[in-house]
Amino acid sequence: MSVKTLTIDGTAIAIEEGATILQAAKEAGVPIPTLCHLEGVSDVGACRLCLVEVKGINKLLPACVTEVAEGMNIQTNTEKLQTYRRMTVELLFAEGNHVCSVCVANNNCELQDVAVQVGMDHSRFTYRFPDRGVDISHKQFGIDHNRCILCTRCVRVCDEVEGAHVWDVAQRGAACYIVSGLNQPWGEVDACTSCGKCVDACPTGAIFRKGDTTAEKVGDRAKLEFLVTAREQQQWTR
Amino acid sequence: MDWAELLEIAETEKHRQRGIRVHCCTSTGCRAANSLDVMRNMQNAVEDANLGDRVEVVGVGCMGFCGRGPLVQVDPEELLYEEVTPETASSIIDALHGGEATPIQGDVHHPFFSRQMKIVRQHSGKLDPERIEDYIAAGGYQGLYKALYDLTPADVVDEITRSGLRGRGGGGYPTGLKWATVGKMPGDQKYVICNGDEGDPGAFMDRSVLESDPHLILEGMAIAGYAIGANHGYIYVRAEYPLAIQRLQKAIQQAKKYGLLGSQIFDSAFDFKIDIRIGAGAFVCGEETALIHSIEGARGNPRPRPPYPAESGLWHCPTLINNVETLANISAIIKGGADWYAGIGTETSKGTKIFALTGKIRNNGLIEVPMGITLREIVEEMGGGVPDGMVKAVQTGGPSGGCIPATLLDTPVDYDSLMKVGSMMGSGGMVVMDHETSMVEVARFYMEFCRGETCGKCVPCRTGTVQLYSLLNKLVNRQATQADLDTMEALCYMVKETSLCGLGMTAPNPVLSTLRYFKEEYDALLQTPAYLNGHSVQSDAIASSVSP
Repeated sequence: MSVKTLTIDGTAIAIEEGATILQAAKEAGVPIPTLCHLEGVSDVGACRLCLVEVKGINKLLPACVTEVAEGMNIQTNTEKLQTYRRMTVELLFAEGNHVCSVCVANNNCELQDVAVQVGMDHSRFTYRFPDRGVDISHKQFGIDHNRCILCTRCVRVCDEVEGAHVWDVAQRGAACYIVSGLNQPWGEVDACTSCGKCVDACPTGAIFRKGDTTAEKVGDRAKLEFLVTAREQQQWTR
Repeated sequence: MDWAELLEIAETEKHRQRGIRVHCCTSTGCRAANSLDVMRNMQNAVEDANLGDRVEVVGVGCMGFCGRGPLVQVDPEELLYEEVTPETASSIIDALHGGEATPIQGDVHHPFFSRQMKIVRQHSGKLDPERIEDYIAAGGYQGLYKALYDLTPADVVDEITRSGLRGRGGGGYPTGLKWATVGKMPGDQKYVICNGDEGDPGAFMDRSVLESDPHLILEGMAIAGYAIGANHGYIYVRAEYPLAIQRLQKAIQQAKKYGLLGSQIFDSAFDFKIDIRIGAGAFVCGEETALIHSIEGARGNPRPRPPYPAESGLWHCPTLINNVETLANISAIIKGGADWYAGIGTETSKGTKIFALTGKIRNNGLIEVPMGITLREIVEEMGGGVPDGMVKAVQTGGPSGGCIPATLLDTPVDYDSLMKVGSMMGSGGMVVMDHETSMVEVARFYMEFCRGETCGKCVPCRTGTVQLYSLLNKLVNRQATQADLDTMEALCYMVKETSLCGLGMTAPNPVLSTLRYFKEEYDALLQTPAYLNGHSVQSDAIASSVSP
């Protein structure tokens, strides 16, 4: 195996042949935003956030699937790339119903992180407010298609790691959605081993553990009363 | 089958055909206008008049003048009849023995026909696509024989390279270079794929070639297989072309029967089989990597390239994938030689191109013209211009192409010139628009098409086309402001530069080209902010500050 040397944002780096630009950037400590990339499963180059400019090539290349070559001069954060990344994130936010305040993944969401990373504070595009449905037929998990960004990480992790292939993509274009089994409710899919890999792979709050959602939080009014009256009644436990 | 047998079949067939041949178009267009009844009535008339020994009514492929179908041509006299009805059909036969033909007689010397140069369509409308003997009589499969016995695979690749043939699917990639790449890839198993997933609105060249001359494609694919070292080919045809599929199936059976496909073709060591795969209606499956996924039985999604199919294609084997029209040129190049072919066309674009001439134009139909002919010659001379009014623009390249304004009609038709004016060759749709056409609505139409056909894999194409369509809709409904127009333009460039495959990369082209040439139409649709209606900003501001 030979080694390739290249430059990423001015930093020279040597890396094994066959590595991707994304791996090289990681090694060089250059952050490149990603959403559909997940360490350990195959890459599809679908979210287009990791596009980079390579000197001498007149189109933008996805870092996650482009192999390094000797002498490559890569720019990962030009003004053009920043603009396009921001627009990509804006498009994603306008496409689904991404309301952080009531989302299970709030503060633990890669889409949210990327929005912060690229500096997106609002979307200039019309919000589509889709009504894509929620499937809570599974006994442990649920999927809210309105929060899905179609990164297909769940599809790949289920197929490539768990080997169950519960998930796939149905329809096309704006009508695309993640389908379970043979377009059955998730809970009825025999192939599902309830391993939860898709929950962990999901970058947003689309696939979640039951009990985590805002609506499922049980308000404990009795506790409030207990706190207020604890001293008077000398009851410190309940 | 050997050379002598091939010539014998050809001779026998030519001998059989020496009488009068009444050609009746049985392709999809004329069929829809009842040409099968026309043919049956003519056949009955021949029987009734007892002319069976010297007149033969033959169902043939497309003659090109689809706007005036059903078409009937009597050869060798070259009498063309247009808009023949089942009622008037028998009079054509009567005219052969003293009667008078009542259907409209067409002019075969009209520029629509005389300016054409037929290489791909040389047999279309002349031979029965369901009889291999007809094709052999016209010199068919001689190119394959020549390739197998007179040329090495490297020679064949060299011929194609020197001919200057470029991919007819739209991109214009040099065919010879593609063949050489696949040919030189290591590996025992390689494939040839014929891309017949033609889906541009208004384009029907490939359908016509497949319906009219299916053996031409089989021969082209076999030659390609020999050149690159493949023994298996697939023809990917869309399900919306049932007649093409039926004729291809029949052609493959006949070619197998004659030993022109299958094992030991022409008693040589070369084996080649062809299978048909039917598309399920996705436009994106015309993109090569999506098409390969579809043949493999997977969802028809494109994947990032490299690796290109030439390196890793069908089942990860080196794969040659060419468009129908590209493969239809091969046999002629091998028979006629690279130098002859390279003598046709312009410096960078060689040979001929078929266009489906449609829209607001007198003569609708399929034309095959040498590269380098100007748009004006096609639209005004061959097409006869717009029936009442002026040409406003010509759209080429379908949803991936652009609108060329009337002022640029003198642009020669070749890959590079069309690219320079912001459009592209595309697969060959050519839609003529008159002054009543709103260019913004045209752009919206194509965007609606792309929005419905994007596979949904990559973000810019999936959501960008939806947003672009809604912005165009806003414009057409006169609800858009200058800010919307700016957003739209910025989004166009973003979708163009960041999309994964050709569909997304070219989807904004109709918008960008109309913005470039017809900006005033966009501006005219912009909503004037209410505060500017009859007031200047300043006086309005004063008014609002004065009144409580």
